[in-house]
Amino acid sequence: MKKKLMALLLASMMVVGLVGCGGKDDNGGLIKVGIINNDPNESGYRTANDKDMKAMFTEENGYDAEFAYSLKNDEQISAAQKFIQDGVDYLLLSAADTAGWDSVLKDAQAEGIKVILFDRTIDADASLYEASIVSDMAKEGQTAVDWLKGQGLSKVNVIHIQGVMGSAAQKGRSGALDAQVAADANWSIVEQQTAEWNAEKAQQIVQSVIDAGKEFNVIYAENDDMAKGAVAALDKANISHGVGKDVIVMGFDCNKWALEELLKGNWNYDGQCNPFQASYINDIIKKLEKGESLSEKVIIMDEKGFDASTITQEDVDKYGI
Amino acid sequence: MTVKKDSMIKKILGMQLFIPLAAILILTLVNLIADPGFFAIKFGYNSAGNPVLSGYPITILDFGSELAILAIGMTLVTAASGGQDISVGAAIAISGSVVLRVLCGTDSRPETLQAPIIVAFLVSCVVAMIFGAFNGVLVAYLKIQPMIATLILFTAGRSIAAWINNNELPIVSDEAFTYFGGFIPGIPIPTPFFMALACVIVMALVLKFTNLGLYTQAVGINEKSARLNGLNPAFIKFLTFVILGLCVAVAGLIKVSRLSSINYSVIAKDIEMDAILAVALGGNALSGGKFSMTASILGAYVIQYLTTTLYKFNVGASELAAYKAIVVIALVVMSAPTTRQWLASVGKKLKKQPVKEVG
Repeated sequence: MKKKLMALLLASMMVVGLVGCGGKDDNGGLIKVGIINNDPNESGYRTANDKDMKAMFTEENGYDAEFAYSLKNDEQISAAQKFIQDGVDYLLLSAADTAGWDSVLKDAQAEGIKVILFDRTIDADASLYEASIVSDMAKEGQTAVDWLKGQGLSKVNVIHIQGVMGSAAQKGRSGALDAQVAADANWSIVEQQTAEWNAEKAQQIVQSVIDAGKEFNVIYAENDDMAKGAVAALDKANISHGVGKDVIVMGFDCNKWALEELLKGNWNYDGQCNPFQASYINDIIKKLEKGESLSEKVIIMDEKGFDASTITQEDVDKYGI
Repeated sequence: MTVKKDSMIKKILGMQLFIPLAAILILTLVNLIADPGFFAIKFGYNSAGNPVLSGYPITILDFGSELAILAIGMTLVTAASGGQDISVGAAIAISGSVVLRVLCGTDSRPETLQAPIIVAFLVSCVVAMIFGAFNGVLVAYLKIQPMIATLILFTAGRSIAAWINNNELPIVSDEAFTYFGGFIPGIPIPTPFFMALACVIVMALVLKFTNLGLYTQAVGINEKSARLNGLNPAFIKFLTFVILGLCVAVAGLIKVSRLSSINYSVIAKDIEMDAILAVALGGNALSGGKFSMTASILGAYVIQYLTTTLYKFNVGASELAAYKAIVVIALVVMSAPTTRQWLASVGKKLKKQPVKEVG
């Protein structure tokens, strides 16, 4: 009796299992995507990025999306393996680390799953993914430096506040400025120091320059937080900053509050680091679904630089993160 | 005469305050030689029109204050539990986030404050003390090693802080909120220094009029004998973590007030290491037992002194950490008991040869 009952139970479980499997294919024509991202708490950039992805990959837009978040590469890889087992159609990936993705992406390829990278590139063979949508940090830096060149200052004395050394954003944004300073005798760096994206460290660095009585007329901070810290030090020393004032303040990332500072004329420039990749990914998926091929593998996003004298409230609402 | 001198040297070397004071002396000498302008203090007005003092010494007093406040709590925790709390940075993120949450309500950019600042601060005190109590329970009652126990909050704290404000970045526009991390109108000395001073005075009174100091040391030196003498070691350990929680709340208020905002991932980053270092520089044994509060507080300002000096010398970004490490190694080696014993024995040897002049 017991055995029979057991057999019945097992049999019914198998049936349920089959139904479960059957249900997977029956997703009403929705495109199944697995999205692996970094923790949305990491930064304002990531929060905006995650919101953008969530808004795009909905059932209304024809997607059946699953999300996985981690700042650790190994956890991301196991999430990818899970998505492969679930039989997703597309794997969207913002990798925590560049290395270690080869084998899992090969598995995906074997299953016919198409991989699209966003925000971060990886060290893997380009044949393993369909496309990669990234920001060009060096271009962001160049845009900012070009803007500063256009300000017509006879002498440019910069306090250069860097992000965490070695990060892609730091390297790209520092590179353009360093090159310009090396090339033009009228440009000099008064102080170059890392504040590690930290507002308070930036405040101390600028405070130190002020205490030393050195002359400067530009603050080039590699993110908004650090620009904010720098401005706090300027305010304390009663040094005027902003449009038509003594010191030009430049930031990056286009946080909403930072763009509002631009609108008020307290800062001069903010460079965008575009977190809105979802529409690009959507275009690619639509193309691939139609069987079209992509014209280029690496897609560099359009990124703006905002000038305080031309920014509008619409810009703040649209581009602020 | 010589004997007297020798014993004095020995006494000075043996004093706990010797290391932080010597460090201050060395840093001062270096700065005096390199550029006496380091010590210039200027009087001026900030952009709000309030009188402010500025200059490197003021910067040190200003930015060293949070660390000094934390060092107070960290010294007690170290003395009682023989371990350190590595979650203070994350706890500052939490308590700062609570302050902003209470002030701003659900609107991340309110026109007017939703609650008085004092209420926000008191709520953050309660929250920080609860998190301190959480650490305290793990350490005191479940007997988990402090560093492991506080690792939990160290890992989770910043996410909790972000969650408290729905991962938004509230910005307070009220002028009065900037007083705590800036200047009170009319008073040219930075407020954080006064807040540190208040904490120091309160702690000094507590240590003078209660048995807290004696009891923590007794528990730290020998838990069993403390117990045999009628103390409750678990409760005292627990209490030190709660007190540290209070220190965290004060430091958190200063931190968020400085910029009227918060960044969950970088606020008070790595401050736990500096707080532990302050305790070590104060010559306190990190394995618990006897402690000197004054030495820890001086240790905290020494760390800021060093940071400010390095910024002043325009030390490059890549070398900054290395320089700091070298100085720290030198100071910690100097304050190690073995080195002190060796120094004392050298002193003794010199005493045996009275002919030699001892500088």
